[in-house]
Amino acid sequence: MRDDQIRVLIAKPGLDGHDRGAKVIARALRDAGFEVIYTGIRQTPQMIAAAALQEDVDVVGLSILSGAHMTLCPKVVELLHAQGQEDVLVLLGGIIPDEDAAELKAAGVHAVFGPGTSSSEIIAFIRAAMAGG
Amino acid sequence: MPKSAPTQQLIDGLLEGDRLALARAISRVEDDAAEAARIVRGVFAQTGRAHLIGVTGSPGTGKSTLVSALAERYRAQELTVGVLAVDPTSPFSGGALLGDRVRMTGHSGDAGVFIRSMATRRGTGGLARASADAMLLLDAGGFDRVIVETVGAGQAEIEIASVADTVVVVEAPGLGDEVQAIKAGLLEIADIFAVNKADRKGAGRTVAALEMMLETGGAAAQAVLHHGQRMEMEAAASETDAEEGWPIPVLETVAVSGGGVDQLRDALERHWAWLEGSGARSAREGRRLGHMLQTLVQAEVLARMERTLLPGLRSDLVEGMMRRQIDPYSAAAEMVKKLSG
Repeated sequence: MRDDQIRVLIAKPGLDGHDRGAKVIARALRDAGFEVIYTGIRQTPQMIAAAALQEDVDVVGLSILSGAHMTLCPKVVELLHAQGQEDVLVLLGGIIPDEDAAELKAAGVHAVFGPGTSSSEIIAFIRAAMAGG
Repeated sequence: MPKSAPTQQLIDGLLEGDRLALARAISRVEDDAAEAARIVRGVFAQTGRAHLIGVTGSPGTGKSTLVSALAERYRAQELTVGVLAVDPTSPFSGGALLGDRVRMTGHSGDAGVFIRSMATRRGTGGLARASADAMLLLDAGGFDRVIVETVGAGQAEIEIASVADTVVVVEAPGLGDEVQAIKAGLLEIADIFAVNKADRKGAGRTVAALEMMLETGGAAAQAVLHHGQRMEMEAAASETDAEEGWPIPVLETVAVSGGGVDQLRDALERHWAWLEGSGARSAREGRRLGHMLQTLVQAEVLARMERTLLPGLRSDLVEGMMRRQIDPYSAAAEMVKKLSG
């Protein structure tokens, strides 16, 4: 009897407290049948990595509107890899310039979703990645 | 360590204190009953050391914040803490939004605290199995205190907390009268009451109401005066003799500021000592393991029924019931007879 569930951590690193987007996504992912662990605002990369490990998530979704994505995202990826979670899918949502997005992808972020992305697009991306991995 | 790491590697890792191995082992027992059997077999001899604490209460009483504050107090004594936070799965999508970590952010970077969120998923039997297994894994992982937090609504959630060594029922003022607690069946399982948010209006009344309930509904049969008539009251809970003699404290806590949390920890430590001293600990452990055995047998019998018990017979019986040729009890007896025969 198997019941594999996709588990997703939604976190807001950095100092901006605008968590509406993160909450909307968390809710949409729950409604899509995922188990969503929501950690709230003002998370450090260390807190996010620790939560991702304890919760053994398949996906880490980061929401950043403060502009600090170039320091925060690579740090989260680095910590996940260092603790043996190379297989975790890392997604970023927020206002991210194109050239930054390219650089972040090179640093190990799997996808960057800008404003206006529909939640069904994100859900489809996660499903496809999980089916492939 | 990849997701697909061999089972034995997870078992060895978690017994050596590898937290990723522990986390992955919990996922395995949650996702897969056959893996659960292998993993529990591999760790069971190393369990039975942790103090298992169940924390339950209505939504909004501040359970998560209180658990977090309690974990902090245990850490101050250099005791390690594993937390299992159980939250409901949406019956509509099968998904879950697990938000207890929002209230437990103070422990990151501390390897002595391990917090795991668990969704109820479907079926009460599955939840009971998965949560009991996860608690065994945290115990085997070497945590001194293992806290399971559930919403005190729904039979399964209450049951999970109630099999712990010590059960803390969390109340808060202003959530309705004490009759709610009686209805939910929380009074019978409490070893300790914590009236949280005790800085709010009405806390004193909640404490007084609980104390009154405890006086009139204690473990032993009691006599009370009602309109001047002496009334004999039967004991509500069927506790064994070994479990009598613990005076259930009603404590006031303010989890957000840490008020009263030292007293809660002290009460938990006193109860743990009392369990050991009175022999109640083994009585409870026997009850817990008996419960686990029963849950597993039920699941296995049901699975066998679905696998082997000719779906044909089932639909025949249902059809017979619809035509009123056979009643549900006789039909069930028929199926069980086939299973054992």
